[in-house]
Amino acid sequence: MRRTPYFYLQLAFTLLVCSFLLVPVFMSIIAGLTENFFVGVKSGLTLRWIGVVWELYAPTIFRSMYIALATLAVTLVIGVPAAYVLAKRPGMMTRLVEEFLVLPVAIPGLAIALALIITYGGFRDFRTSWGFILVGHVLYTLPFMVRSVLAVLSSFNFQVLEESAASLGAGFWRRFFGIVLPNARSGIVAGALTVVTLSIGEFNLTWMMHTPETMTLPVGLADSYASMRLEIGSAYTLVFFVMIIPLLVALQRYGVQRTGTRKAA
Amino acid sequence: MNGKAGTAIRLADCAKTFPNGTRALERTSLEMRGGETVVFLGPSGCGKTTLLRVIAGLESPDPGGRVYFDDEDVTNLPIERRNVGMVFQSYALFPNMNVADNIAYGLKVHGVAPDKRARRVDEMLEMMQIGELRERRITELSGGQRQRVALARAIAVQPRVLLLDEPLTALDALLRERLRIEIDVLLHSLGITAAYVTHDQGEAMAIGDRVAVINKGAIVQTGTPREIYYKPASSFVADFIGTMNRVDGTLRDGSLELPGGRIFWGQEGSGAMQVLFRPNDARIVPEAGAPLRGVVEQVFFLGDRTRLHVTGVADRAVVVETTEHGEFQVGQAIGLRIEPGALLRLRD
Repeated sequence: MRRTPYFYLQLAFTLLVCSFLLVPVFMSIIAGLTENFFVGVKSGLTLRWIGVVWELYAPTIFRSMYIALATLAVTLVIGVPAAYVLAKRPGMMTRLVEEFLVLPVAIPGLAIALALIITYGGFRDFRTSWGFILVGHVLYTLPFMVRSVLAVLSSFNFQVLEESAASLGAGFWRRFFGIVLPNARSGIVAGALTVVTLSIGEFNLTWMMHTPETMTLPVGLADSYASMRLEIGSAYTLVFFVMIIPLLVALQRYGVQRTGTRKAA
Repeated sequence: MNGKAGTAIRLADCAKTFPNGTRALERTSLEMRGGETVVFLGPSGCGKTTLLRVIAGLESPDPGGRVYFDDEDVTNLPIERRNVGMVFQSYALFPNMNVADNIAYGLKVHGVAPDKRARRVDEMLEMMQIGELRERRITELSGGQRQRVALARAIAVQPRVLLLDEPLTALDALLRERLRIEIDVLLHSLGITAAYVTHDQGEAMAIGDRVAVINKGAIVQTGTPREIYYKPASSFVADFIGTMNRVDGTLRDGSLELPGGRIFWGQEGSGAMQVLFRPNDARIVPEAGAPLRGVVEQVFFLGDRTRLHVTGVADRAVVVETTEHGEFQVGQAIGLRIEPGALLRLRD
């Protein structure tokens, strides 16, 4: 294939846009690994700042992880059956419920957080526990799980599969776990990856809802940017990248596999 | 459990009204003898699938309706405890399992031991001649292969009755024909009671021991294919199954007078009336001395037979079919003979 000048023009433009997005990421990583960012890389590379981050913020990293896993568990237990019911009884009511479920995505996180604090702020133990953060995360991520599972369930006629399983003698639970869930797996996995990714990166809600005892990674990041050296904030970002990028890659791959096209899930 | 003797099925006063008020099935009673294949035939939306689903236990009849398998009242038994085999138009195979696991599913649910299960799966694969597909994924199968697997899966558990909902509709014509013959042989060799839903009258004729013609939620006629074809109980049945000529004539002195001539009929009474006959019941004879005369208006050569549209015989063109090899020309004058027994008179 002969390449025209036009091709090289396009390539140059694409690379320019990419670098516009990637250079800051690269700079941030370098900043986290440099002895003194103002002096530059010639001051030497170090893992010292990551050590500092670990000392100061390790609890926020673990907290973010287990909140993400707990959020996943709750959204699985609530979201998958909810999607199943929604798919099984399409109608006015289910449409309404679906729209209602999506509301938290449309409303600013701060507003939701405020509403939760106004409502449950009086329950001190709950307010100061990580369970309070969990509630916010579940509210925010649940629609992503429901939508993802619902999309897969709507893509094949699972009702007739259930009917044929029933005719072969399978009762409800056997059909649900043996036929419905395995065939909805791709949607469940995609939903799960989305939920974990969103929960780990969630800032709006969490910033408003957190207490010093329930700080998560992104809130810690903001804290470090505000009050620490630039190198520490950047090293912290690096830790965040290490956690989130594998999830994003998995999400992208799964989205591609499922639809067969390059459509981000 | 064993379907060899064939379970008799009886529906008594089964109607079905859906929650939104749609009346899918009028009060229907039906008896299916053990080992018999009954075809539910009708246009789409006529209620034939609802009737099948009532037998299956996927829909419960409105209060007052009862469903019996032999002498057992199964009305309140959910589908998973009725032991019915179902075959769907969309095959409904489990995509998360391979062919062998699909066939074994019902056996597993019924608690059949693994070694016995494996033997039964082998038996089924062999019976349906799909042994080479054993390990295949469902998505790798063609439509015809899928329907064979679906049949094997339904039969594997030795159901009391086999229910087939438009099993061939999704297949192309040639395959449909072949699989139809296979299903026919299979049903009779198993001696299983079967209900078969279709909108295709040719399929119904070929496969049914009896055909129940359904229209607007009610069975309008039940009979052997021959009875349905030659003695339709209503003009709906007459028109739905095959082509039927419908002509206006006058009965006088035991003969039917048509514009193109007269046929001795031996019927009592007199006056104008509508009379029906099948295209293959009108025989083409030399024009001279023929009881009915007409002119060929159109010729359709169909391979195994020739279809003619003939004018002048009646008040409108009639359709005539012949298996003779002779060629016909448009505008050619021909004679027709219709045996008195082939003429039908309907009340509605």
